[in-house]
Amino acid sequence: MKKAFRYSLRHSLPILISFIPVGIAYGILMQTAGLNWIWTGACSLFIFAGSLQFLAVSFFAGGVSLVTVAVMALLLNSRHIFYGIPFIEQWRRYGVWRLFLIFALPDEAFSLHCSNRFDEDDAEGKKWSFVFDALLILIYWVALSILGALVCSLIPFDTAGIDFALTALFIVILIEQLKAPGKSALPALIAAVSSGICLLCFGPSGFILPSLMITVLGLIVFRGPISRAEKEGGHA
Amino acid sequence: MPENTAWILSVIAVCALCTLFERALPFLLFRGRQVPGPVDYLGRVLPMAIIATLIVYCLRGVDLYTAAGCAPQLIACAVTALLHLWRGSTLLSIAGGTLCCMLLTQFVF
Repeated sequence: MKKAFRYSLRHSLPILISFIPVGIAYGILMQTAGLNWIWTGACSLFIFAGSLQFLAVSFFAGGVSLVTVAVMALLLNSRHIFYGIPFIEQWRRYGVWRLFLIFALPDEAFSLHCSNRFDEDDAEGKKWSFVFDALLILIYWVALSILGALVCSLIPFDTAGIDFALTALFIVILIEQLKAPGKSALPALIAAVSSGICLLCFGPSGFILPSLMITVLGLIVFRGPISRAEKEGGHA
Repeated sequence: MPENTAWILSVIAVCALCTLFERALPFLLFRGRQVPGPVDYLGRVLPMAIIATLIVYCLRGVDLYTAAGCAPQLIACAVTALLHLWRGSTLLSIAGGTLCCMLLTQFVF
């Protein structure tokens, strides 16, 4: 358990860094919407989904129905439906902790779980490495968004461009996934082409859903070549 | 305390429940039985596909028609990738890429 905690501390460090600008920005946004750090902390703790929390700030002013809120929330977070799939088998043995892992599964937790390299033979330690990863980033997210709300006016430096940290994180994770043995690069290629085309067709605010649907379709169509490439243990 | 507390609490509750529902959906659908082959296959190849999609999502705001609108982000992407291929240190790659993007945004473009 100790080993798992040390592993998670190191493993989740990039997320902590990428949360600093986003958390502070969220705190500022909530503060300007007239909601203090208690509300910010509650949203971060219970919703734990960055993009939806930003969107929700606009709902707080009113003028929309709860049905609209629900539809927008489901659409914006629809990618989360896919996040559990790789872990259905593995987490089955985790008992009550599985419920926590399901609750605490935003983009960042998903990417951490995908890059979890904790010793596969140490089943108990592996479980705790998943739990600590999720728990640590939940704590980071709640603490940093509260901090942002409290000190938002005191930040003295120009933070323009700091939001690139999240992009950099995803690039690093993609490279790690591509380097892993027995992985085909085709899924990434299909997703890149699909999202590029959808971004051009549907624009920045609505491309992610059609893109994910086309990507899933493409992955199904190319199942043969991808599976063959994985068996050969090489890059397609 | 804002005057529309009940409304704010409802919005938080709806957002939290919708998010939890979507996160739990695959576990509810395949509880207690073997995950079907196609779903298992998707589970193996989707992570990479979704991460690639999220990179495009992060870059959705770049404006390809002006240098200032896209150069900092695109150069920073290349710097991050090269740093990572070179040293393989997650922190160094992210810090280097982010610093590069900040400097380019604030001082160059």
